[in-house]
Amino acid sequence: MATNQLDDTTLAELREIAARYPEARSGLLPMLHLVQSAQGRITPEGIEACAAILDISPAEVSGVATFYTMYKRHGVGDYHVGVCTNTLCAVMGGDEIFARLKEHLEIGNDEVAVQRQGDSRTVSLEHIECNAACDYAPVVMVNWEFMDNQTPESAVQMVEALRAGHEVSSTRGPRLCTWREAERVLAGFPDGRVDEGPTAGEASLAGLRIARERGWTAPDPAQTPAVEAKESEA
Amino acid sequence: MSAPEIEKSDLVTVTIDGVQVSVPKDTLVIRAAEQIGVQVPRFCDHPLLAPVGACRQCLVDVPDAGNGRGFPKPQASCTLPVADGMVVSTQVTSPVADKAQQGVMELLLINHPLDCPVCDKGGECPLQNQAMSNGRGESRFSDDRNRGVKRTFPKPINLSPTVLLDRERCIVCQRCTRFADEIAGDPFIALIERGAQQQIGIAEDAPFLSYFSGNVIQICPVGALTSEQYRFRSRPFDLVSTPGVAEHDACGSAIRVDHRRGKVLRRQAGDDPAVNEEWITDKDRFAFAYAQADDRLTYPQVRDEDGTLRPASWPEAFAVAARGLAAARDAGGVGVLTGGRVTVEDAYAYAKFARATLGTNDIDFRARPLSGEEADFLAAHVVLTGPDLGAVTYDDLESAAKVVLVGLEPEDEAGAIFLRLRKSVLAGGTEVVAVAPYTTRGLEKLSARLVPTLPGDEAAALTALGSELDAATVVLAGERLATVPGALTAAAAVAATTGARLAWVPRRAGDRGALEAGCLPTLLPGGRPVADATARVDLATAWGVGSLPEAPGRDADAILAALAAGELGGLVVGGVDPDDTADPAVTRAALGAAAFVVAFDLRRTEVTDSADVVFPVAPTSDKSGTFVNWEGRVRPWEAALRNPASLPELRALSGIAAELAALGVGAPLGFRTVEEARAEMEQIGPWDGPRATTTDNSVTTTDNSATTTDNSATTTDNSATTTDNSALRLATWKQLLDNGSMQDGDKYLKATARTPVALVSAALYDAYGPTVTLTGDRGSVTLPAEIADDLVDGAVWVPANSVGNGVLADLASPGSTVTISGAEGVHG
Amino acid sequence: MSTLTPVLSDTWDAEQGWKLSTYAARGGYDALDAAFAMSPDDVITAVKDSGLRGRGGAGFPTGMKWSFIPQDNPKPKYLVVNADESEPGTCKDIPLMMGNPHVLVEGVIISSYAIRANKAFIYIRGEVVHVIRRVQAAVAEAYAAGHLGKDIHGSGYDLDVVVHAGAGAYICGEETALLEGLEGRRGQPRLRPPFPAVAGLYASPTVINNVESIASVPAIVKNGAAWFASMGTEKSKGHGIFSLSGHVARPGQYEAPLGITLRELLDLAGGGRAGHQLKFWTPGGSSTPLLTAEHLDVPLDFEGVGAVGSMLGTRALQIFDETVCVVRAVLRWTEFYKHESCGKCTPCREGTWWLVQALTRLEHGQGSEADLDQLLDQCDNILGRSFCALGDGATSPISSSIAHFRDEYLAHLTHGGCPFDPARSTAWAGREVTA
Repeated sequence: MATNQLDDTTLAELREIAARYPEARSGLLPMLHLVQSAQGRITPEGIEACAAILDISPAEVSGVATFYTMYKRHGVGDYHVGVCTNTLCAVMGGDEIFARLKEHLEIGNDEVAVQRQGDSRTVSLEHIECNAACDYAPVVMVNWEFMDNQTPESAVQMVEALRAGHEVSSTRGPRLCTWREAERVLAGFPDGRVDEGPTAGEASLAGLRIARERGWTAPDPAQTPAVEAKESEA
Repeated sequence: MSAPEIEKSDLVTVTIDGVQVSVPKDTLVIRAAEQIGVQVPRFCDHPLLAPVGACRQCLVDVPDAGNGRGFPKPQASCTLPVADGMVVSTQVTSPVADKAQQGVMELLLINHPLDCPVCDKGGECPLQNQAMSNGRGESRFSDDRNRGVKRTFPKPINLSPTVLLDRERCIVCQRCTRFADEIAGDPFIALIERGAQQQIGIAEDAPFLSYFSGNVIQICPVGALTSEQYRFRSRPFDLVSTPGVAEHDACGSAIRVDHRRGKVLRRQAGDDPAVNEEWITDKDRFAFAYAQADDRLTYPQVRDEDGTLRPASWPEAFAVAARGLAAARDAGGVGVLTGGRVTVEDAYAYAKFARATLGTNDIDFRARPLSGEEADFLAAHVVLTGPDLGAVTYDDLESAAKVVLVGLEPEDEAGAIFLRLRKSVLAGGTEVVAVAPYTTRGLEKLSARLVPTLPGDEAAALTALGSELDAATVVLAGERLATVPGALTAAAAVAATTGARLAWVPRRAGDRGALEAGCLPTLLPGGRPVADATARVDLATAWGVGSLPEAPGRDADAILAALAAGELGGLVVGGVDPDDTADPAVTRAALGAAAFVVAFDLRRTEVTDSADVVFPVAPTSDKSGTFVNWEGRVRPWEAALRNPASLPELRALSGIAAELAALGVGAPLGFRTVEEARAEMEQIGPWDGPRATTTDNSVTTTDNSATTTDNSATTTDNSATTTDNSALRLATWKQLLDNGSMQDGDKYLKATARTPVALVSAALYDAYGPTVTLTGDRGSVTLPAEIADDLVDGAVWVPANSVGNGVLADLASPGSTVTISGAEGVHG
Repeated sequence: MSTLTPVLSDTWDAEQGWKLSTYAARGGYDALDAAFAMSPDDVITAVKDSGLRGRGGAGFPTGMKWSFIPQDNPKPKYLVVNADESEPGTCKDIPLMMGNPHVLVEGVIISSYAIRANKAFIYIRGEVVHVIRRVQAAVAEAYAAGHLGKDIHGSGYDLDVVVHAGAGAYICGEETALLEGLEGRRGQPRLRPPFPAVAGLYASPTVINNVESIASVPAIVKNGAAWFASMGTEKSKGHGIFSLSGHVARPGQYEAPLGITLRELLDLAGGGRAGHQLKFWTPGGSSTPLLTAEHLDVPLDFEGVGAVGSMLGTRALQIFDETVCVVRAVLRWTEFYKHESCGKCTPCREGTWWLVQALTRLEHGQGSEADLDQLLDQCDNILGRSFCALGDGATSPISSSIAHFRDEYLAHLTHGGCPFDPARSTAWAGREVTA
């Protein structure tokens, strides 16, 4: 895709983001998410637009854009697949899943798989750090939505479904949207999918289920033993 | 000016390595340690930058924080302020601190390339030095057992045309990014990437263009930042480093001239806390190749009867010059134009030569637009003032509550003033107010409040400001006000009525010294007024001459006009560029019409080409000399290079004076060397009698016939945003980097100059842009246009010497107006 | 014997538990009215008296942190919620925000009221889009219902909340690095002093608290400090979410009083994998020194875990059985720290670079026992010498694993590589696998 200037709508939305904060510069992280949504990646034009709106130098914006791992300077697929290979998920099978996907997609880390004839969508692959779902290990994220409890086989099936353009849902979230659409949500523009998916996945409910089975609750406030007012902890 | 006495109660007593030392409150432990001779190793720490504690090299053990409890882990001494009763153990007495420091040093060296043999910094490298003093001899990372793999980067990359970066060498101390952001206000380099891949970077197509970028090379503690100009050219142990004074502006910045075998290889900032701290502009740092240009004059020249200029020996040249000047003197008189780049000693020689030898007061150092009002102002308010006598100093800029800039753009015209003002503004407590046509980049970086003023209206604007000025205000008036009738007078008046303090900031290094040395038609050396008979007698006595000419002389414009008209016969001229003068055409006519011209210059110019006798003069590196900066501070230096054929002007003037005296004309100069000149000036001393007072210049100027100051064509009605073709007032000044001849010879520096543009209002841009042609009484200039958002209505700004022969030659006379029209795109 | 005490997780099994209607039907936002009936200082006192300690790992008393805000400082005060959950093994805040975002929102309002902040920010790591949707929606619902905005519940108190997405940096979980990210800068930690309570966000007085800490506030206000203090141990009061992951039959979130032991939790969670034994575990994420089967009965509170040389941290209990190679696990964590090192300070930036190379060689069986000691020496030059705790965290797995499992490291050297079979530790090990 040729590099191009941001359109007026996007520029207006960038300003809108900056205006949410007491100091405009605070908007930079969500603004860069919007740039990714609009342009498919972090572009020099995007950097310059943010710099101009925030009245800081493009070098300072580049510093921010290159610090955080979600900002991509090269394109990603419609579906960006992240396999957690931090210790717990790796041990639980993440390493095997990542190896299998690399082999299956014929790409290395942080690359986009070739779009074959018949693929209506593209997929990219990256190994990622802990995504705070360790009780669902091994975890794969697709456009930063949870795909819990994966195996090499389920992961391959998933990417094939994605490439074929089938509707795929998060294991405890919404139908998956594209990477650019997800970036827009991160920029602070809701997309209406909030009510899809359950309140909590099964693992999250593990403790609660046991408490329900055994009739365990938090103490009844009415029955709290009287204690003398004591000094707060030094 | 003495620092305020430090109260005993402001001192804090700490014990470092068993030694008690008392230091002011808020002193950092690393500084306190230096006071007792303990050098804690460090990289990111720099006394002029806010502490960051990033490199961790300066870790020390603190067994007692001053409250009876120790810190459980070593502390960075560069971020830890002293506390009363604190006990600190550095690497000298604490094995824990020593191991921690060695550990950090070892870690710094694991990814650092073994580039020393090819790295500019080798030999003057804090990493090398501190690795020797506080590190291990062997690497555990790169040895056979560990076989560590270093991270590498392709190298080097250009951060700008002048500054190169070897990313592998960088230890991410962030001194460069902190300098660029905090001190210069040019955050065009930033940390990019993360972790071990972290590096200094620029945005795409946005090089590190800053007037002060070279300073990062000097403060980089490793060889990561180098200059194109100096890369691979020398080893520091081959260099002799001689202290000097920057010759590019009137700031008097301390520099170091590093030379080897008779050639200057690089220049660095000198450390002078009272003046430029440790910073200099890129022009000061890189612009010295002009002295080694191909057209450098190395021998005297004399014009034969057939009209050709041919080499001559010094004695012959003295003789020919003397004969010609004697004849010219008889035929009407000789004028002396010294130029503003002379040293004090040379200026004194010119001044004495004019009075005691030629018998005239027709002398002026001002090789640019001027006025009689200015001469009166200088005589009454500027000459003889100095830091010891209460004049405004750099430190005063920091303590002033308000600084008013009028006719002065400090980032372009006086870099050290700009940096000091910015420092003060960032610290809080100083407001900068600018009487100017628009908010420049420099003014923006000073958070300056703009008083939008059309060129020519500065007097009224200043007077109107009067109500908000007081004794805590400093007014800095630039030399451009010379061509604004009433402006300098208004500045003096406002200062007098409000108690604000006033300082004059000229553009050239020699201007102030030439004033003190008597290179004005109305002032003799030492500030003695020509009009004061006692002063004349005082000086004549000291010089051992009978009398001195008593009629005030002609100023530079009058000298040139008189030459052109045939009223003056001869001219003695130093480094003057006709395109800088108020009317270049008249200047050239004067040179052509003059019967006899003796020229002094560093390089061949059109002036030397038209002279009858030409003398080469030494650049500042080849001679001892003195400049007086805008504060009135005396800044002497000793010669860095020894070149017997490279002599100061005073030597030639002395030779000519001797020949003239032999012909019975005037007195010999009385000195032949810089040392002798200094001694004589010391002996003569400053005038202690009554100063000159200004004549009433509030309404009109004295007649400066060479310039038309007719501004009547424009009214002060700026209510409409003019899009019609009526006259616009021309705002202009020289940018720091432009076509100035003293910037010749360094292509890298030239490539960092700002693109010349015409600044116009949005309405004018829409009507005539993107390329415009401006037409004035001297011609037309076509430039790309840019919008200056707050440009005062009715004005246009162009750089004074970035295009063609400059504004005065190609476009418009001082203080005049121009018209604007659209043009075909000429520039990119 | 501890029982589980669902408080924050109590609504997770409700239909559409994230919606205001669900939360309100169970008494949601009643605590807010209770808070408004108190003075802000009394709310602070209640939180102090409850004994609530920061649930983000450090365990600093929350009420005391709030009391550090100088109320006479003329600058605006800010509350910032640290929802950057990225510590390996930690996975409690994500389901909390996904399932019950309103308890966080209500907690934000009460906490902001207490410290007299009129603007609050929720900084959520960017890699959890659906969580961000749920919190954004909860905030919008709260505005619509009059729980946020001007003159909330007619109290005269105004509060605005901004939900802010991060962009991928573990270091932004460090409070001053988080402030940098919130100010639109690179997430590099700041010098302290000044502390955030005095000069935090925009150089103004700021409280930064973990999601779970703030979410615990409404129940404290509604049920009383004594109620909260009736749970937990003497110096570690209250309930906490314990996250069990790895080789355990029923991994998941277990909300219990502080002081419960791993043995008790494993018992509730169905024990380890059948036929396997617990080998090592982390009490509070990868940055806390490893513990072993020796420590099954250690009370999981701040003092108990501290007494055995580790830290309670975020109660991120990653369980590894005997099929797992410690060296492999530690190497992978070290690669994590190297990847996440912000680069500001030498020991962490260069140190993690070297630690990974050294550990990789050891994992491949190269080197000698002297290299183990050198590795410990490298850790000694990083621990306590770096600018922030990331450097310290990087050394914890290494030094604690060598202390407990030196022989396993040596076995790699004699074996010429890793003697373990990674296939045996996977989630599907021993199961039939369909093609």
